[in-house]
Parts: sequence; structure tokens; C-alpha cells
Amino acid sequence: MTSLPNSTERKLGLVIDLDICVGCHACVTSCKEWNTGGYSAPLSDHDPYGADPSGAWLNRVHSFEVTDGDWSRTVHFPRSCLHCEEPACVTVCPTGASYKRVEDGIVLVNPDTCIGCKLCSWACPYGAREYDYDHGVMKKCTLCVDRIYNETIPEEDRIPACVRACPTGARAFGDLGDPDSDVSQSVEERGGFNLLEEFGYKPVNKYLPPRKPVEPLPQAAEEAPANTGSRLEKLFAWADRALSR
Amino acid sequence: MGVQPDIELSRPVGDTLRKTTCYMCACRCGIDVHLKDGKVRYIEGNRDHPVNKGVLCGKGSAGIMQHYSPARLRAPLKRVGPRGSGQFKEISWDEALDTAADWLGQIRRTDPKRLAFFTGRDQSQSLTGLWAMQFGTPNFAAHGGFCSVNMAAGGLYTFGGAFWEFGDPDWELTKYFMLFGVAEDHASNPIKIGIGKLKERGAKIVSVNPVRTGYNAVADEWVGIRPGTDGLFVGALIYELFRTEQIDLDYLVRYTNAPWLVVQDEGATQGLFARDEAGNPMVWDKRTGAFGNGRAAEIQPALTGSYTLPDGRTVRPVFELMAERYLSVDYSPETVAERTGVPADQMRRIAAELAHVAFREEIVLDRPWTDWAGRRHDKMIGRPISMHAMRGISAHSNGFQTCRMIHILQILLGSIDCPGGFRYKPPYPKQTPPNLLPHGAAGDIKPEMPLGGPHLGFPHGPEHLLLTDEGGPSRLDKGFSWDAPMSAHGLMHMVINNAAKKDPYGIDVLFMYMANMAWNSSMNVPGTLDALTAKDENGEYKIPRIIYSDAYYSETVPFADLILPDTTYLERWDCISLLDRPISEPDLVADSIRHPVVEPDRDVRGFQEVLIDLGHRIRLPAFTNEDGSPKYPGGYPDYMVNHQRKPGIGPLAGWRGEDGSASAVGAPNPDQLQRYLDNGSFFGLPIAPEHSYFRHANRGYLDWGIEKGIRMSADPTIFQLYSEPLQKFRLAALGHGPKQPPDTHRKRIVDHFDPLPFWYPPFEEQMVEGFPLHAITQRPMHMYHSWGSQNAWLRQITAANRLYIHTSVGQGIGIEDDDWVWLTSHLGRVRCQVRLMDGVNPHTVWTWNAIGKRRGAWGLDDDAPESNEGFLLNHLISELLPKGGGGYRYSNSDPITGQAAWFDLRVKIEKADGTGTEPLFEPLGNDSQPPAPEKLAYGAKFRDRT
Repeated sequence: MTSLPNSTERKLGLVIDLDICVGCHACVTSCKEWNTGGYSAPLSDHDPYGADPSGAWLNRVHSFEVTDGDWSRTVHFPRSCLHCEEPACVTVCPTGASYKRVEDGIVLVNPDTCIGCKLCSWACPYGAREYDYDHGVMKKCTLCVDRIYNETIPEEDRIPACVRACPTGARAFGDLGDPDSDVSQSVEERGGFNLLEEFGYKPVNKYLPPRKPVEPLPQAAEEAPANTGSRLEKLFAWADRALSR
Repeated sequence: MGVQPDIELSRPVGDTLRKTTCYMCACRCGIDVHLKDGKVRYIEGNRDHPVNKGVLCGKGSAGIMQHYSPARLRAPLKRVGPRGSGQFKEISWDEALDTAADWLGQIRRTDPKRLAFFTGRDQSQSLTGLWAMQFGTPNFAAHGGFCSVNMAAGGLYTFGGAFWEFGDPDWELTKYFMLFGVAEDHASNPIKIGIGKLKERGAKIVSVNPVRTGYNAVADEWVGIRPGTDGLFVGALIYELFRTEQIDLDYLVRYTNAPWLVVQDEGATQGLFARDEAGNPMVWDKRTGAFGNGRAAEIQPALTGSYTLPDGRTVRPVFELMAERYLSVDYSPETVAERTGVPADQMRRIAAELAHVAFREEIVLDRPWTDWAGRRHDKMIGRPISMHAMRGISAHSNGFQTCRMIHILQILLGSIDCPGGFRYKPPYPKQTPPNLLPHGAAGDIKPEMPLGGPHLGFPHGPEHLLLTDEGGPSRLDKGFSWDAPMSAHGLMHMVINNAAKKDPYGIDVLFMYMANMAWNSSMNVPGTLDALTAKDENGEYKIPRIIYSDAYYSETVPFADLILPDTTYLERWDCISLLDRPISEPDLVADSIRHPVVEPDRDVRGFQEVLIDLGHRIRLPAFTNEDGSPKYPGGYPDYMVNHQRKPGIGPLAGWRGEDGSASAVGAPNPDQLQRYLDNGSFFGLPIAPEHSYFRHANRGYLDWGIEKGIRMSADPTIFQLYSEPLQKFRLAALGHGPKQPPDTHRKRIVDHFDPLPFWYPPFEEQMVEGFPLHAITQRPMHMYHSWGSQNAWLRQITAANRLYIHTSVGQGIGIEDDDWVWLTSHLGRVRCQVRLMDGVNPHTVWTWNAIGKRRGAWGLDDDAPESNEGFLLNHLISELLPKGGGGYRYSNSDPITGQAAWFDLRVKIEKADGTGTEPLFEPLGNDSQPPAPEKLAYGAKFRDRT
């Protein structure tokens, strides 16, 4: 068992806008390319050119239809570690390799002490942890901990790779413990929600629901003329006015 | 338990940062490539770049795995076994280039047209086109004929611009955005960025698409239209605008040919514009009560009425003819509802919304500007409706007319190049049609002589067709012949089959670059493979020699005789030129370069480098000095800097002039490439705010465009609601003029070359029966045609495709997810697995394009899902239409532009006996390629975790 900090100084996390995500996988591959050479290096790929290519990924997008009677919608759903306030994946860890950072709440795995027992991936209800079969340790989203504090890269780039890449702007990064932060504000305004709230792990990451479709606009009342002939005459009469070039 | 470990938070990304241009699709975004110890550590979007502004899509972010793909070619190859066997011998570059020069030189000395040079997903067409011109063959084009020529031609003939590369919605100001037939590509990052902006502002997005995925999934309103009926849907919107009198008449009078008078009397001038002695189109001027010059400024032209010319002919304005066309019951929402699958109420509401936004939510910018006639205006007034359309419109045999109809809708709403509307990207607008004519008529082809001008252009009438003395096609692909008179991008999809059938003639060498024509880029793959391997009575291949250049071991490589291996995009010089397909934004004239950010570790060369070398070896004048020495000894970078198309105008617009102070026009600057590198590999020349809208008629912009060499004429671009060139072809078909089509072709031309856009059913469904479903494809956002499957990361996202069908169709034949079905067209059948969904038009099935792979290609194992579960619809699509009237088999293409009509496919579906992908072709040999690795731990070395 690994204990959790009583509280964290910040609650860094992601806010993902399901209204805008078009399912392009930019967040998926940019995450892979950053992290396969970053803190979690490598993110191994097994049988990469064969019958059953599989690898360790820290972020995936699932596209599916939600149908309810006559109503249906196609949803693109990015899924990664939610950096829960009460993460069972940490408390279940027998070696202390999984831990939640006091300063920012990021849930990390220490690859030097992870024994690859996979208890954490069983404990996580979100399926956010992936075992790297070749490296023999558990991999998970680090919130790009090696980017967000990295003094060797420009300040504006000190954000997770997925946020940096997202072409539609569907991903935002910030302190969800600070009610005045941009991310907290957008959660407030848009009714951001927790994934599987009822499980009680208190995810830090939030999802913004699809906006209501833009309503049909006001329409002018019109009279439809009786037949094509008179319709044309009426149109020509309307168009037959002095129009200067 | 324990204390938190210390972790390294500030490890440098790499040791070197290089900025270049992405090539993971056709968007050409700017990328920052981080290198460490000579390996690619990380690729991210360039924040300063005009195309992607820092973001990078799923493909671009997976570029590392493309660059290190095991399918990369390693050295020049000479075929030693039969075609398709994949038996090759590695040869030196000298031997490869000597061989190619020998083959090509012989042709040029005797009959240049016996070379067919087609360049696929070429991003260097200004060079490849010049090379082909210098060679003197008429047989050159890139892949536009099976991609987007309907969109390019439809736009350029109508308003001098086009969707995608030639224009963009005004993302900052538009309030209502309609997306027609745009799948998950075309474009990538720019549309994604734009959609994000619209969502943020609460603008309405309406998607018209049979399939609700990707962009269509986030639209406020999805119109699940039946494929090929968009012209009816748009016609109904136009009907409603006419019916409710919500049309921008002032805009029509100012910027369009709506008032121009059209001759009504039968005869050689029927349907042409009435013209004065100087050739100007005539209008009826209400101010003077007399005929006037339709190009003049100070007139009050009538939009209605019938007038009699001094010679007695009757003339009527375009506007009246249009109103009659679109107010006809043929386009009423009630009439078209069933065929389109869109309820009449929905069409009426969308039309009302368009009108509301255009006319009651207009945008007024306090930005003075001067119009083409020199009149000052205080404000720019915009109708904030924008539209974008692509493949779903273009890949139908009615695509040209449908595309034109969408532009008519935009113009009636007054929403072209206004605030909030659809904006040109410079160098557009051009004239309508552009003053660029095709070259390569039979009489102009002579041994050892360059062609008189570029191959591809925009005929204004039959006089500009490329014909033999007998009136037959001069080009192998029958482009610019009576089969496809306005085929502005050629018909690459017909080349292989025409060459093998020697129809219209045989060739000696087929030279191709970067197009997977033996697989997913061809219609009728089995027929194409037959054509590539067919032999004559002497046992010789009917296409005697095939030279192919690509970077990867695609399905096409084994069918070539000589392989010229290209580099990856990170190893090459390139120039994304204003002479070709620019990367401009509406407010920025822009171009860019690629440069080698890593050196090749194989014996490969950039294709453009090779072409320049070959050009000198066969002594093409543009690549050879008079003393016989090479004109560009420094290869492609030398050409990029020093080639001049016209004095002062070269491939790159930035930092011209000896000191680099000139933009667009200026002497070559030896330091030019360094300036590009210093600026992140691109150049941008901002457009002044007063020049940023109404550029078709903005005096300041028109003059500035001439000064910068991006405009040929100071005259305004006048929107051609009524397109006279079409009528000229039609008159020829009706028996007028010196150049007339053969009798077999007359009816087809009379029927389809209507100068006012109209809808007709796609050809295939007119000619076959018993195939109740439409079948279409789209490309996943994370793949670019066939390239993505060799990418170890991208194929983990999609390694096999399913056939997506509407739930009701699945229930109808008693099948569930992953069941196998036979999908049958009039050409053949494929066996594939299904997935049921609701977000698809019930009469339509679809799948992901180009996921199916042939065993032996792309560095994949023979048991890869791509080959054993993946499939192509291409096997079902005929390259020829069934025999029609007169017994002639036309290309399965748009009759006007020759655009391949691969979305016209009709199929039937039934539950399959057995499982497994059919047809399953024999594996291609690939002995020349190294085995692919069994696992990857890319990046381990960057952390010393080896």
C-alpha cells in the first residue's frame, strides 16, 4: 500500500472539450512521440509491422455513437489518466512506485521501483494505465511533467504535448484547484463533469459536454405565390429597380 | 510509504532544432524538428507558421515513424524478374540515371509524346511541369484528375478562386458555415483550427455529408444527404432564395455577369453574350435607355426584360435565365426532398437561416477601400456566410456543375471575399476563366522541341482543345479532347489503361512519381494490374518501360522496371511555390521550403534533384547551358534560387533582389535559402487591410497584384454565373463552328455543357440496375492515402477497415458487427466485414480509404490485418462507363473536367458465405527490402534506457 498526500498544493489537470474534439488523434500521437523519448521512455511497440501491432500509449481516442431513440450523436472521446484526488492506482501499489505528487497532484510511476505487478491497472476504473511488456513497467500519463516545468523550452510551450498539438483547441491545461484559473472557469461556465463520478476517485481532469446546437435563427414570414409563372413575375418586378454598378 | 523521488524536469528536448515543412499530408504545415544525436527526437508545430499556427495533427505528430519506416527504399533498383515479382537488383545512381536518360533521350529525339510523365501527389508541379514542357511531350499531369479538378475548375471558371487551396472561410468573422462533402481530410489543421474558432464564437456549423464522423460529428446540424444529390439540395436553397426574394441584387450588379445579355435566337450565337464591336458584353442600361457596355462602371444595368438588338436578335439578361432555371419546380424543396433524403422543411429552414444571416446580420467594417473603377467606399460590408466543399462534391460525374451551383449560392448571398464570407488566398482571384491555356495539340509536338507552353490550362472554347488533325485526342489520357474538354488537371486515372490498350496510342515509357497507381490510386485495380503486365504478340510488355520514383516500397514499385528512390520529407529540399500550389492565407502571400534536417542513411536522392540531373543528361534547354554544362550544378537548391520563370520571378517569392530586400519580384538572391532558414523555412508578405476583401474588384489589390507578379490583368474578376465557354462547346456539338465533336459525342456535350449549373444524376446510376446502395470512402484523419499503414504508430490506430452500413440495412439482411458480406458492383465484388451505425445515410455504405494493402508491400508482414481484413472499394469501381449510346465507352469521369467519378459507385450487399478478404492478391515479392523489426523501443536511447 502506498499512501496519498493529505492534500496537494495545486491540482494540475486537463479539461477536454467534447464539443470540439473531432477525433483526429493529434493528442494521441503527439503524446506518444513526446513520451517515448521523455520521462516514460520508451513507450514500446510490439509487432509494429505485423499481425497484431500493440504498444504502450498514454492517451487514446475512442469514437463511438450514442443513440437514444431517434436521437444519436457521434462522440470522440479522448481518454488518459485523470490524476484523481483519491487514486486507487496509488494506494494499491505495493512498492511505492506509484505516487501522487504533493506539489501539483500529478500521479506518476517511478520506473526504477515499479515491479510491473499490474495491480494499479486493475485498480484504475478508467483503463488509463498501460503495461509496457518490453520495458516491464507500468506507463501512464505524466501530464508531461518533463515539459511543464522545463526551463529549457519556451515558457508558452510548457504545457503537455497533447495540449500543444490539439488543432481544434479542445484541450486545456491548468490548475483545477484554483477556482479563478481559466480551466476552472471553463468548467464552471460549460458544466464540466467528472468521468464516473459515482466511483468517488475525484478525478482532477474534467470533460466539457457538447454545447447545445446553435438554434435555428429567426425567420421572416413569407407568402408563397400560387404558381411558378406569377412567382417569376413577382421576382422580376422586385428585381426591376434601378441598380447602379 | 517513501519520499517522492527527485525527477529531472528540465532535460533539453534535443541538441538541435530545425524548422521545415511537414509532408504527412497536403496541408504543408510548418514543423519544428528536434534532433538528438542525429536522430529525430520530437516534431511539433511551428507557432509562427501561417498554415498551422503551432498546432500539428495526428499524422504530423507521427512523422518520426514515417521517417524511420522499414518500407523506405534504399537504393536505385533495376527489375530482373517479371513485373510484379518484386525481383530487383540494386544499381548505382550513375547506372540508373544513364538508363533513364538513354530511354528518355531516344523518345525525345523521335516522338516526344511516347513519354507519359505523371507525378501523383507532387508538391513541385512548377518544376515537374517545366521539365515535361521542355521534354516536349503533351502527356503530363499530377493527381488532380482523380482528386479535386471539379472543385478547381468549378471555382476558377465561376469566380476565379476555389475551395481549399485557393480560398478559406473568414474564420474570424463568419457566422454561418456550411461544409459540403468534406471528410476528415482537405484540409487538416486549417479546418480544425477554424472549427475551434467557430465553436468558441457560437457560429452555426451545418455539415452536408452522407456520413456523420469527424468534422460532421461536431456540426450543429448534420444533413445526411444521399451521395451525388448535392446539386438538388443546393438548387432547392437557391429556389428558396429566389422565391423569398432574398438575393443581394446590388452585389450581382456590381460583381457578376447577371445583367449581361444572352442571345436567345437559334443559330451560331445562341446562348452567347451579345457583344459590342469592341467585344464587350452588352447590358441594357436603364439610365440611358439603351444598350451599354457590360464592363463599364457608370451604368444602371437591367436584370430583367427582353431586348432586341439592332440586327433583330432577341437578348435577355443572365439574371432572368437563372431565375427561370432555379424557380422551376425541378428545384422546389418538395420536388427534391425524396431524391436527396433531406426533408423539404429542413431545406426551407436552412435557406431562411442563410438569408437571415446574410442580410440581417451583415458585418460592417469601418475600413475604406477603392473599387476597381476608382470609387472610394467608406466601409466594407460583409455577408457572414461561408462554405467549404471537397471530395463529396468533386468525385461525382456531376461534380463540376454541382460545385458551380454552390458558388452560385455563395454569390447570390453576396458572400464571396467579403467580411465573414469566403475569402481568396493570393495569388487568387484569377480571371474567369484564367488566361492560361493548355498546350500539347498534335501539331505542336516535335522531336527535340519544347512544348510552346504549360500542359494544363483552361480552354475558353473548342479552339483551345488539344486534338489531332483528325479531331481525336492528342493526349494519352484524352484530356482536353471531346471526352473531357475542360480537364484542367488531366486524367492520370486513365493513363495506364489507355497506354496498354494503345487508345489513342501506345507509348514507350511511363514515368511516374509518388502515386500508388497499382493499388489504391487506380479505379479497377485488377484491370490496372493486367494493363501493367499485359504483353503483345512478341512477348513484350504493352507498356514497354516503366520508371517510378517513390520513397517507399508501395504496391506500385514491383511493377516498375527502374526505381529511382526518393528521400523522406525530412531529408529533402523542396519548394512550395507560388508558381504551383501556394500556402498563402487570405491576408498573406506565402511560400515555403523543405530542407534536409537529417542526412539520408540510404543511397537515395530527392526526386526533384534527380529530375534536374536527368534534364541535363538529355539536354533539355532549361537545364543545360549553351556550352552543354548543367545549368543548376547545385541541384534543386540551385534551381530554387536561380531559376527565373520570367525576369525577376522565380520559384520562391521571399528575399529576392541581390540584397534580399525585394519581395515577389526581383533578381535572384544567392543568400535566399539562408533567409528562408532563418525565418523558419517560410516567407510571408502581408496584404494591406484595405486590400483584404473584395479583391476581385479592389483597385488597390488589383494594382498591387500586378506589381507583385501574382495578377496578369488589372481588370476586375467578374463572376460568371453564366459560363460562356460551356455554351461554346455546346454550340460546336450542335453543329456550329470549325471544330465539332464526333457524332458519338454530340449529345453528351449538348446535355451537360449547360452554361447555367444544373443537376443530373451521376452516370453510373443512370446506366446500371440492381445496385440499390451508394458506396463511398473517406480518409481517416490520421492517415494520408496509402502512406499511413507503414507507420508503426498510425497503424495501431487503424490497421483494418470495416464497411460501415446503416443499422436498418444490416437488420434487413440479418447481419451484425464484424459479419462478412459480399459487396458487389457492376464490375466485381469484394468480401469484407461490416459495422452498423446510425450516422450514415440509409442508402449509403462507406469505408476508410486506402487502409487495405496488398501483401508484400509497405514493409508489413503477410499476416497484417491491412491485407487480410482490410479491403479496397477500388476493385469495384470501373475506370470506364458501360457502353452508352453509339457504343463508345467513356471514362468513368465528369464529362466536362474528366474528374474521376469514384463516388458514383453503386453496389448491392448480401451476407457472405465464408470469411476473409476477397479478392486476396498474391503477395508481392520484396526481397530487396530489409525485414521489418519485431519490436520498437523508439526513444529509449534518449533516456539511456536501451
